[in-house]
Amino acid sequence: MKKLLILGAGTAGTMVANRLANLLDENEWHITIVDQNETHYYQPGFLFIPFGIYSKNDVVKPKRDFLPSGVEFIMSPIELIEPEHNRVKLSKDGRYVPYDFLVIATGTQTHPEQTTGLQEHEWYKTIFDFYTVEGALALARHLRTWRGGRLVLNVVENPIKCPVAPLEFIMLADSFFHEQQMRDRVELIYATPLPGAFTKPIASKHLGDILERKSIKVEPEFMVEHVDPDAKKIVSYDEREIEYDLLISVPLNMGNEVIARSGMGNELNYVEVDKHTFVSPKYPNVFALGDAAALPTSKAGSVAHFAVDCFAENFTRYVDGLEMLPTFDGHANCFIESGFGKGLLIDFNYDTEPLPGMYPLPGIGPFQLLQESEANHWGKMMFRWMYWNILLKGQELPLPARMTMAGKWKN
Amino acid sequence: MPTKVIAGHEVQINDEGFMTNPQEWDKDIAVEIAHEEGIADLTLAHWKVIDFCRQDGISTGKAPTLRRITTAAGVSTKDMFALFPKGPAKKVAKISGLGKPEGCV
Repeated sequence: MKKLLILGAGTAGTMVANRLANLLDENEWHITIVDQNETHYYQPGFLFIPFGIYSKNDVVKPKRDFLPSGVEFIMSPIELIEPEHNRVKLSKDGRYVPYDFLVIATGTQTHPEQTTGLQEHEWYKTIFDFYTVEGALALARHLRTWRGGRLVLNVVENPIKCPVAPLEFIMLADSFFHEQQMRDRVELIYATPLPGAFTKPIASKHLGDILERKSIKVEPEFMVEHVDPDAKKIVSYDEREIEYDLLISVPLNMGNEVIARSGMGNELNYVEVDKHTFVSPKYPNVFALGDAAALPTSKAGSVAHFAVDCFAENFTRYVDGLEMLPTFDGHANCFIESGFGKGLLIDFNYDTEPLPGMYPLPGIGPFQLLQESEANHWGKMMFRWMYWNILLKGQELPLPARMTMAGKWKN
Repeated sequence: MPTKVIAGHEVQINDEGFMTNPQEWDKDIAVEIAHEEGIADLTLAHWKVIDFCRQDGISTGKAPTLRRITTAAGVSTKDMFALFPKGPAKKVAKISGLGKPEGCV
């Protein structure tokens, strides 16, 4: 029996387990997946919790429900990856799990403790995050009785998981405070290390205009050095200060510590792999998928989905002794909630930045690229059902894994 | 691909003004781009960072991110902002004749 070991049963790990369990012969392959947590979170849903749109029950299900029956699931923290010995040491009982092929899908985690003043005595009192279910729930409770003032949203450093989530948060906040009839008592500021609202120029311009129409102020190139939780201000490395009444932070994102312990990561603990095939340049039987990979594409579920689409077919070639094809193009496809029952959609890859147009059918849509529409909002809302019922289970969507220019407008 | 004459050399640049061929770079080019970016004098401290970025950029094929520079070159983030104000990783990549750092996607 050949042994495939998958580390992490999050979005990428679960999808790849399902897909490969279907493609590989169960008489020849033993697939094992390791994760330390029992619960699978629908992470795109965290964004909606602070505004009372989703509750905790909407975003949690047991991981086991989404793993195929033939796959062995081990619940344990991971102590060390030993790629020289083709084995992984688990914390539980100090057990070693040997492998022929290893897929690292250990994701990315937030680290508020890395910014001075952030996770101290005002944490979950006047300072919150929404990238954890705990943070999102604490913020929901706080917003129920908040009387207004200056809300500052700050991204500590890029890359972050889901780079559009901060934009969605601040636009949903605008919508929420309108509904609460207190928008006139709330000032909204988005302080970002980026030079504008988003990373790529055309999308940044479109999104920047939308933020301006919503009276959301962008403070660009703001790289936070420390938070002063008593004076209620954030201070940047170039000594700019922004005072707040309520601070929402997107803390530093880093890959799993086991990557650092195993000496397999870059300075943020992400694993360097080939950007088209996910194979490690150092170990030809090691791959990294999803947020754990150090790739110049967004850390997002849609990217993991397209990546798994490309990887699974390629993997079956590879184990038969064929070369992997450079199929993955960095494709990302992200709904952006913009409040008031509307949303945007962006579709892009390594080479093509988000452009306006229609998706997936050229000229027809039903989704509009880079423009606000109600259809986009309903797409996002439907997505939760698709995530639990189709995507995680490794079933195919009628959408191409690689990005297409059809339906996009080049200016 | 557009080109631009910098310090008497014709070099290829992209639409954001980053050089696309690091081999076309030399120290005079660095000085002139630094001027354009509002840095009047390149001190030893600047050169230490530029030298690291050149070396790292050429061996990895991409411009280092700010965190990579501060981790591997032993310069603090605070100093990086003092040396290369406003977006230090982007600025030093431009001066070093490397592409835009891929940190932000």
